[in-house]
Amino acid sequence: MPKKAALLIVVVMLTLSVPAWAQTHSEAYKDNIYQTGILKPTDSALKVKVGDPAPDFTLVSVSGGKVTLSQYRGKKNVVLSFVPAAWTPVCSDQWPGYNIVKDLFDRNDAKLLGITVDNIPTLFAWTNQMGKLWFPVLSDFYPHGKVAATYGVLRSDGTSERALFVIDKRGIIRYIDVHDINKRPPLEVLIRELEKLK
Amino acid sequence: MKKYFLLSVVLALSFVVAQPLSAAGPPQTGGQLPEFKFPMPSDRADRSYLGLSGWESTFRIPEIKARVVIVEILSMYCPFCQKEAPMVNQLYDAIEKDPRAKGKVKILGIGAGNSAYEVDVFRKKYNVPFPVVPDPEYAAHTLYGEVRTPYFIAVKINENGTHEVIYSKLGSFGDIPAFLEALKKPAGL
Repeated sequence: MPKKAALLIVVVMLTLSVPAWAQTHSEAYKDNIYQTGILKPTDSALKVKVGDPAPDFTLVSVSGGKVTLSQYRGKKNVVLSFVPAAWTPVCSDQWPGYNIVKDLFDRNDAKLLGITVDNIPTLFAWTNQMGKLWFPVLSDFYPHGKVAATYGVLRSDGTSERALFVIDKRGIIRYIDVHDINKRPPLEVLIRELEKLK
Repeated sequence: MKKYFLLSVVLALSFVVAQPLSAAGPPQTGGQLPEFKFPMPSDRADRSYLGLSGWESTFRIPEIKARVVIVEILSMYCPFCQKEAPMVNQLYDAIEKDPRAKGKVKILGIGAGNSAYEVDVFRKKYNVPFPVVPDPEYAAHTLYGEVRTPYFIAVKINENGTHEVIYSKLGSFGDIPAFLEALKKPAGL
């Protein structure tokens, strides 16, 4: 019994000691961010690996027109930034951070493509709150999450993982980070991976 | 068995003590800042501005050599913090040009959820002249009530080492001369 009691106390106290989930919310979004709570860190199985050719795709952009991955082949390195959903806590401050480091992407001859499974009107309203983004934001809405599924980052609830793919100018995947959906990937790790492509 | 029981309780208690506990809300005017040790800035100019000794690895805000410290809780990833950055730089300039405030009113940024690299990116992007300390695991941000950003707190530091929050508000501080005057008055500047 004392052993069971000790175990119970440890579990209770450890639970109490975990700090409340902390994310900054920019005042830019006011009270419009939907609180998802803590989610299962990852919920999919990758279908590609480092060294594989990146599956090609064409998606519609929130600014109009279509973007095809292979249009950058031989010209630019490409970073695919999948974020789970519009109007959710971590996603809403990931791209605004990338928005102020265009120079770091340019220095590494890289193009950034932001992708979510949301539809264009939703992405339009959401990204407007971020200021003018310098990179294309693409909708993987219909057929729902097809690109995310092709890469193996479509979660069971229909959102995507928070995932980064670095693709070199030959179209080969050089880095994959399927990040804990509840956390933002540190910028320095991504930039370091881009610098390796030189 | 009893030994394991006691050991488990002690371990659990020590874990609780080691974690920053979440505050009920942001620091209130008239109250005090939650106790927190920030990493000592590695840059000598930053340490000099704050009047801190480089021998220590951490510092507390009331240790800053100032009569008033304006704390900005920000994030490199926050669009409003990016938009507000030039205004905060103007506030810094106004302080440095005011003989009654220069050397007595200091600004410190806290990069909530930002690594040292991300804080550095923000400072370079917006030419931020005042120190910004990283808070990568949101430890300070949690203690400061998980505020939205940018959030401004002004702290009056008394000669006896005690301190008092004299301003605590989300978003822009508005007119710079009026804001500065409102801080100088309670600090006797």
